Amino acid sequence: MRGERGILPHRRSDIIERMSEAAAKKIRPKYLSLQALIFEIRLPLPGWVSILHRVSGAALFLAGVWLLWMLDRSLASEAGFDAVKRYAGLWPVKLSLLALLWAYCHHFCAGIRFLFLDLDRGIDKDTARLTAGAAIVAGLALTAWLGTLLW
Amino acid sequence: MVSRVVVGAHYGLRDWLAQRVTAAIMAVYTVVVLWVILAGPPLTYTAWRELFARGWLRVATLLFAASLAWHAWVGVRDILMDYVKPDGLRLALQVLVLLAIAAYLGWTIQILWG
Repeated sequence: MRGERGILPHRRSDIIERMSEAAAKKIRPKYLSLQALIFEIRLPLPGWVSILHRVSGAALFLAGVWLLWMLDRSLASEAGFDAVKRYAGLWPVKLSLLALLWAYCHHFCAGIRFLFLDLDRGIDKDTARLTAGAAIVAGLALTAWLGTLLW
Repeated sequence: MVSRVVVGAHYGLRDWLAQRVTAAIMAVYTVVVLWVILAGPPLTYTAWRELFARGWLRVATLLFAASLAWHAWVGVRDILMDYVKPDGLRLALQVLVLLAIAAYLGWTIQILWG
């Protein structure tokens, strides 16, 4: 058909040659360097929800000892309660607590999304992307809301 | 007539389910406690103390902590299995994580009933 419209069909050997040229231009194997991870690999939104779920979970686990220490002191005595309140007012502490609050909120929202996915709800691509965006936004919104209530 | 089970120690499904059940328990606790705190008086030391003096909240918090312990164990173990390849190092880290979780739990009980 193509031949009739004046475009010569490629010979098989031509095609193979072109394919190998294209392959030669790409450096293979492709190693996941830090540079590649940061600048080249573009995660889809559900991928971001997933990796942030992991990061936030790990952060919450590691921060457990710190949070328990504050809970312990705040309940031990009135002086301890005031001390924790002052301590939480310091900006590096406040910033860390805000980050942990986000970690909790994101983990919460993303987790609920995963529960629905487990029940086969919202597993088609468009819905999955939509709920992924919703989980990220809801996590940030909850953080902002609770953050303003706390401080 | 040999029936062999080829793969797995069969903790996969149990942990998968536990991860989800504990998550649901913690989610309910989070919403309830947040509601109680927000509906209550401003957080002074007395109000804070009285909140944790309630028996049901102590028990609920213990259930939350127990759920968290199991949930965190499955989660952190999955992370270690994914990223830490040398067996010895992974085992050492997993033991450390288990000890940390046990310590967290013991400390929580001490805080609640100490």
